[in-house]
This record gives sequence, structure tokens and C-alpha cells, in this order.
Amino acid sequence: MIQDDIKKISGVNPYKCMKCGKCSASCPSFNEMDIKPHQFVSYVLNDDIDALLKSESIKQCLSCFACVERCPRDVKPGNLIDTVRQMVVRKRGAELLSPEEVTQLLDPELPQQLLVSAFRRYRR
Amino acid sequence: MQRIGVFVCHCGSNIAATVDVERVAQYALLEPGVVHAEDYQYMCSEAGQMKIIEAVKEKNLTGIVVCSCSPRMHETTFRNAAKRAGINPYMVEIANIREHCSWIHKDKEEGTEKAVILARAAIAKVNLNTPLVPGESRVTKRALIIGGGIAGIQTALDIADAGYEVDIVEKTPSIGGRMSQLDKTFPTLDCSACILTPKMVDAAAHEKINIYTYSEVDKVSGFVGDFTVDIRKKARSIDMDKCTGCGVCSEKCPMKKIPSEFNRGLGNRSAIYTPFAQAIPNVPVIDRENCIKFKTGKCGLCSTVCQAGAIDYEQEDEIISEKYGAIVVATGFDTIKLDDFDEYAYNQSKDVITSLELERVMNAAGPTKGHLERLSDGKHPEEIVFIQCVGSRDVTCRGKEYCSKVCCMYTAKHAMLIRDKYPDVNVTVFYIDVRTPGKNFDEFYRRAVEEYNVNYVKGQVGKVAPMENGKLLVQGVDLLDNRQILKEADMVVLATAIEPEAGVRKIATMLTASIDTNDFLTEAHPKLRPVESPTAGVFLSGVCQGPKDIPETVAQAGAAAVKAIGLLAKDKLLTNPCTAQADELLCNGCSTCANVCPYGAIAYEEKEINDHGIRETRRVAAVNTALCQGCGACTVTCPSGAMDLQGFSNRQILAEVDAICR
Amino acid sequence: MTYSYYPGCTLKTKAKDLDIYARRSAKALGIELEEIEEWQCCGGVYPLATDEIASKLSSVRALNEAKEKEQDLVTMCSACHHVIKRVNDDMANVEDIQTRANNYMELDTPYKGETKVYHFLEVLRDKVGFDKIKEKVVNPLKGRKIGAYYGCLLLRPSKVMGFDNAENPSIMEDFIRALGATPVVYPFRNECCGGYISLKEEKRTVEMVTKIVESAKGAEAEGLITACPLCLYNLNKNNSKADMPVYYFTELLAEALGVKEEVEA
Repeated sequence: MIQDDIKKISGVNPYKCMKCGKCSASCPSFNEMDIKPHQFVSYVLNDDIDALLKSESIKQCLSCFACVERCPRDVKPGNLIDTVRQMVVRKRGAELLSPEEVTQLLDPELPQQLLVSAFRRYRR
Repeated sequence: MQRIGVFVCHCGSNIAATVDVERVAQYALLEPGVVHAEDYQYMCSEAGQMKIIEAVKEKNLTGIVVCSCSPRMHETTFRNAAKRAGINPYMVEIANIREHCSWIHKDKEEGTEKAVILARAAIAKVNLNTPLVPGESRVTKRALIIGGGIAGIQTALDIADAGYEVDIVEKTPSIGGRMSQLDKTFPTLDCSACILTPKMVDAAAHEKINIYTYSEVDKVSGFVGDFTVDIRKKARSIDMDKCTGCGVCSEKCPMKKIPSEFNRGLGNRSAIYTPFAQAIPNVPVIDRENCIKFKTGKCGLCSTVCQAGAIDYEQEDEIISEKYGAIVVATGFDTIKLDDFDEYAYNQSKDVITSLELERVMNAAGPTKGHLERLSDGKHPEEIVFIQCVGSRDVTCRGKEYCSKVCCMYTAKHAMLIRDKYPDVNVTVFYIDVRTPGKNFDEFYRRAVEEYNVNYVKGQVGKVAPMENGKLLVQGVDLLDNRQILKEADMVVLATAIEPEAGVRKIATMLTASIDTNDFLTEAHPKLRPVESPTAGVFLSGVCQGPKDIPETVAQAGAAAVKAIGLLAKDKLLTNPCTAQADELLCNGCSTCANVCPYGAIAYEEKEINDHGIRETRRVAAVNTALCQGCGACTVTCPSGAMDLQGFSNRQILAEVDAICR
Repeated sequence: MTYSYYPGCTLKTKAKDLDIYARRSAKALGIELEEIEEWQCCGGVYPLATDEIASKLSSVRALNEAKEKEQDLVTMCSACHHVIKRVNDDMANVEDIQTRANNYMELDTPYKGETKVYHFLEVLRDKVGFDKIKEKVVNPLKGRKIGAYYGCLLLRPSKVMGFDNAENPSIMEDFIRALGATPVVYPFRNECCGGYISLKEEKRTVEMVTKIVESAKGAEAEGLITACPLCLYNLNKNNSKADMPVYYFTELLAEALGVKEEVEA
């Protein structure tokens, strides 16, 4: 079951969450996320994975680890989000970022660290 | 040869569901010495005990094995049954086929097999049991209370009112504890000092109560009914008999910039000081680390101004050795350090404070004389944010896994008091859950919301950022509205987790009283013996046993007092006959046993020994059975096999092992 | 003091300054940085999915090379440091990853997280000592008010990174002080700059960077330092007012040690 895969691959046990919301209180991308970090955990718990796979949140998470750092129950919501993102990008044909659009976005100062990171997060 | 009866208990379905109890009984009958075996639904019930008594009489039993729950639960029950049947209580053995067997097995075959083995071991042991007779020990009719907060004071008053002598040992210069630092108390909002100080005065005035302040327990020896305790009276540098408590010394002391412990560091005190105005005793102490006289040899102003001539720079620590029948631990709590919670900027901003600090700020006798103000600039705040569960319910290494229990109520109290006194101040409370079980507690919290319009937000705060405009930017979340909140606050109050007072670990070690992973003292039984330590004669009062509020603390203090009184009321105690004995002929006087004995029960004596006709003087071990607790450490450490434990002899233990391995 | 050195790809291109000033400074301080021979890009981000193995192998290769040379591994870029440090933690503590990574690597001796990984700032603090650096400063940056910008990757998750107090770090402030400048502490120095999201979400990055820069400005910072090329890019590009110079920490170090000019010459 995909829910079990997510739990296994992310190493996150959503049952540890006590729904305090400190992840969402810490998240710099909160306003851009359709499914908020604390909701991400309960969506996995409730096996509503389709919504997560389609969510804008997986694109908006910056992997800044503020949620991981501050969670009082050691749930690691950031790991969960990245795992779902990985499941999306691993699907053949699924693209959160295409090389074609990148050429439009380049500027002379842009460090390749940015491109490497973005492609790692957004593409297989 | 013994005539043994085996009684297998079903414990309802607790045992019978995973152990074939009939088969256990059948197999037991095949064991040597067993002349009777039966099973029954509840062996501990009156009917069950009657079965044992009848079998003893009918079959002339000399030994009993009960296959049931842990001996911690019902060993005494079955020993009493044996006594009623007319045989020595120490001829009873328990095979624990519940906790050690049925509760941990799922497969009935496996469970049954193991139960049979456990029964076999117990039978093998009973075959070698001998009747034992307990001795007697005296009871010193005096109690020691460690800690002089509300828990210790209440326990002391209750024991003293029953007519027994009580000593309170308090490590700070005054009794009163945390409660003396509080401003108002929930759910009635009476002033904490108004209800506490009369009790402090009662304790001080009570003819049966003796208070040692600025004192600590140094050493504990002995056992239930007969403890010997060394109390260190730290040098106060004041002659308590001469001091009139006029306070001129503190006024004149030139060293005035020492952070006041009583005010949680928010105000200062002098080097010679009483922690607060209503302190008992009203006698100052000199803080030698900060006193100019002690640091440089100069000054001595306090001595000059003291009309009573009470200042004594030469005073030394004094050790008082006293005997006690019972000891009550009431060491209380502190708030956790917040160094690992810098996202809340406690160390970065003076305007981020703990709730206990807010108590001092709100208190008329506190550093701001009771005016609510920002500690950074003294300005009147407009916006205050409370954050709950700071360090509580936190499984990371930063916090505490438990709920601190008192925070929801005191936060509601603070919020309500602020809104009442300063209606212009907005108050927001970020919470995870509001936990308010207790008489009139939830009503109290609802009043904060409904009458005082405190803004309760379901969610946590991620970060508090001190801004350049002097405000605190609070970034939190409202989980019900599913939105992030950015709020500029003037003050942030952290409901900081509480933890046992730091010294409790040392005290627990001295008392051989067990503590849990959070350093709370463990009770003898979480439900049925909540105010007793597993160590006989040691009782628990207040937060040292677990988080609790004042009403609960006072209730527990009374319960601990009753248990202590029940002990002190006895003239004699029966001692455990399962003590160690040294075989003089085998002992080579090596002292190994004395070195491992945790109770100091083994001494060595020069004794004339008749070793198969050869008479000579040898150095041999001698056990003081009054001190021996029967732990068996000496028996396993003795290299020559001279030490043996009555009731748990080496032969008996080996017989059990043989029976298991058979 | 000889270390294996992992520069990372951006330090060979857009972030050459970060690398060159570091090498010059290291030399001045008696630290030898031996660039490991066949390093590969760390990938820029640490894969959080625990079943990702291939994307961790470049880190393992670098770590193993340092191990074989019996040297500690030094990194310069925050992102490389983050990735390599976390992969190393996996190799030491996560049996499954350790086994599978070693199956790929086919080393003579399996790699089990033996190498110690330090960020160059940690070397300066713990191995050289800021006191020693202060002694070697020839051009103290007197009167300059510098804010440290930490970002995310050096600090979090602190349990693995063990770099500094993640919520109130002080290593870069102590560093600034050692150079003779005045450190400026501002509350958003550990907030995210937006990272790779700046590629497609410029508006967001501008918001995030402005918040950081305004916070630093409020505390009267005249310039910021960072250890991360992407942070530097974002802070420069997305500061709406373009009024806050951002330097690599190694540039200020080289300047204070009097070795910056050599580089420019």
C-alpha cells in the first residue's frame, strides 16, 4: 500500500504527531501550501495520498528543516513531504521542472548549485 | 520429606486464557513431595484461601506452592492464609505464572509449558524451606520531612497534630517553597501568601515541629522505624538566638546587586539577606560567595550596625545527628532551563519570561511592585502572548515527555488577572490542548474566555523574534482557521515545563528510594500505594512524586502524614527473617561481603572458633540482622561460600535452577 | 594541519571567490587543504527519502577517499557540507543505507562513516581557534558592522549537523569578532533565503530575502556574510532595494589576514 511505502521510505511515523502545529507555525512556505505541513502528516495517517501527490505543497517546500528542528514529537514533516515529492518525480513522465523552461529562467549570476538542487528535488 | 500442596489460580481469565491451569495442577502432582494439587478461579478470594486451609488440615500439608500473580501482589495474603491454617508463613512459595508467564505469552501451549516449569521450581524450593520467625525492631517516634514547601509544611502539621515530633529540613533560608513565590492561586484567585503564611507560622509555632532552614540532609542510615540522619546546618553566619530580625544589616549591606533567587533573578538582593519579607525564620543569612567581608576580609558593616551582636563570621557548618521512624520526601520542583528553546528568544529578550517569573512580576512584593510592565523598558504592554507546553509533552532531548499538568490552569489565571486589571491589554494564548480536569477548573478556564475575552488560539508558536522597534514578532499558527499568524507582542510568557528539584537524585540515593527516568520519585504502587516509596518508611509528598497543583499537593501531604502516623503509632515492627548468615567455619575473613553490603549490615569480629577440634581465634563476618535487608549481594560475592540467605539459601536457589533445567 | 578538501562544483564556477579566499586564508593559517582527487557533485540537496542510494554515492566516495588518506574532510559550501555530513551520519548509523551503498561501491573495506566531516568554520573555531586567528589578523576590520547569515543547511537538523545552537547560533559572530569587526545579531539570520525556489518563484524569494535583509538592517548591519553560493545569489538578486552587500565569509577572512590582494593580483 502506498501509505505504508511513504511511512517506510520517509521514516516518519505519523502516529507520533500530537497535532500541535509547530511545524506549520515554523514553515516559511505556509501561505503557498495548499496542504499545510501539519495536514501532510494527517493526510498520510488518513491514507489520502492522492491529494498529496497532486498538492502544490510538494513544490513549495524548501527543505529548510525548520519543522524537523522544532517538532516536539520528532515527527519530521519535511521528510514526509520530500518523500511524496520523490514518489511523484519517480513516475515516468511526471515533471515538476523541465529543462526547456529552465533556459528561459537563467541569468549570468545563477550558481549551478541552484540548478542541481532544483533538478534533484523536482526531477528524476 | 515435605508434604506439599499446589494451588493454581485462574485469576479469572488473566492466567487461564493462556495457561492450561488444570494441566499445571496435574503435572505438579508428579513432583516429589507434592501430595495435593488443585486449581481455582480466584485463589486470593476468601473461598480460595479456605481451599488452602482445608487442604492443609485434610492432607497434613507442611508446604504450600501458589501458582498465581507476582508475590509483590499476594505473597502476604497467602502467607496469612498459611498462618490461619497453622503452618509457618515462610513455608509458602509463589510461582508467578501471571506477570512472568500468561501476560507475556500468546500461545497457550507455550504458556502452559512455562507455567509448569515455574511451578516445578517453586516446588523444588519448598522442599528445602524451613520455618522462619521474624524478629522485632523498635520505632523511633519522630518524623523527618525533607523540604519545607507547602507539601512539607502540611505533612509536618498533620503528623505533629497527631502528637509526634517532626523535623523539617529546608535547604533555602526560609520555609515556604514555590507557593511563597506565587501571586494568586487558581481556581479561586486567593492570594497565595494569604493562605500560605498562616501555615508557615503554625508550623514554626507548633511545639512538636522543629525547623532546620538553610540545612541539608547529609547522610541517612538505618531502616524503617529506626533511621539515623545527619543534617548539615549550613553556616548562616548569624546567631539565630540573638537576631531580632530588624533588617538593618540587609539595608546597610553595600553588596546589593546579587540576583534574587526568590524573584527568579528579576530583582536584586544584598549579600546578607532574608529571601522575602514573610520569611520564616525571619533571620537573614550571609551569602559568603558574594559577601565582601568573606571575599576580601574588609567591610564588616553588618556586624557594626547589628544592635543585637548577632553577626558571627566565624560560624561553621554544624552536623546534627537525629533518629527518625519515618521520612517524608517533599523536595518539590523547578522550571526547566530554556537554553534549548532559543526559538522563543528567552535568552535574547528580557520581555520573554517564564510563567513563574510572571508570578513575581504580578506580585505586589515583586520586582515591579505588582505593575505589569515590560522588563526591557518598563513600558506598559499592549499585547501579551502566552505559549503553552514549552518543554512539556516533548519527546526530544530538549524537553520532558510528560504533561506538567499545572500550566493550563495558571495560564488561564494569568490571562484572566491581566485582563481584569488592565482591560486595554490584549491577551492571546497559544495552546495544543487545554487540560483542565479538577473541581471548578474548566469553569475557570471558560471564564477567562467568555468573561475576560482572552483569545485562545489552537496551535503553537514556531518563532519569537525580537524586533528593532522593541516588539516581539510572534509567528504562530491557528490550526482551526488553518492560517499562520504574525503578531507583534510586547511580552511573551512561556508556560515552562516543571521538573523535580535538582537535589532529589542525591536524596533518593541516600534513602535508597527509587526514581523514574524523569527523576520523579517512584511510588510503591501507582494506584494503591501512591504516597509510599517502595523503600519501607519513606513517604512521598507533593511534586517530587509527579506534577500536581496545590490542592492535590495538600491532599497528598495529608495522605503521606497518615501513612507516617500509622508507622509511628506502632511500638515494634516485625523484621524480615530472610537475612544473611555467615558460616564461621567457612569464613576466611576477607571482607568482600562487607564491602558490597549496601546497608552496612556486616561487621567483622575476632572470635574463638572450634574447627573440628582445633580451637583458634579467627576474624569472621557477623551480620546485624536488624540492618540486613536480605538483598543477597553478600551471598553471591563470598568466595568461600560462607554467606547464606535464610529463605533464599544457595541450596534452594540451585534446586530451583535444577528444576527449571530438568 | 592537513585536511582532505571537498570544494564542490559551484566553487569551481560561480563561487570561485569562496574557494580561492579560503585557500589563501588556510595557507596563511598553516592549514593544508588537499583537494580530493575525483570528487563529484554532492547533488546539492540531501535526499530525504531513505530508499535513495545512488544520489548519496558521490558523498560516500569523497568520504571514503578521505578515510583512505586518514584525513578529516573539510567542506566550504553549506549545501555540500549538509549533504556530506548527513550521508556520513547515514553510513555510520543506518544499517540499510550502509549495506546498500557499500554494495554499490565494492570497496576493499566497506565504508562505515569513519571520516570526520568539518565545515571550514568549524576548523577555524575548533582546530585553529578564533583566538589564534585574532592574533594573525593584520588588517582588523575595525568599525565594520557585519551580520552573519546562516541560512538553513549548516544548522538544521541540529541533531545530525551538530554545528551550533540552531535557533541562536554564535560561531559566525565569534568569527566576525575575531576579524576585528563588530558582529550584528538579528533574529532572521537562520531563516530560509528561498533556496532553489528562486528559479520559478521570484516573488516569494524577494519576500523572504527582504525580510532577512530588513531584519539585518534594523540591527544596523552594513554587510552580510554567508558560506553558501545559493544564499549569496538569492540575497543579492532578490533584495528589492539592493542595498546590502553580501560577502563570502572567506573573503573577509582573507582581507583581515592580509592575503586578499595576492588573489586579486
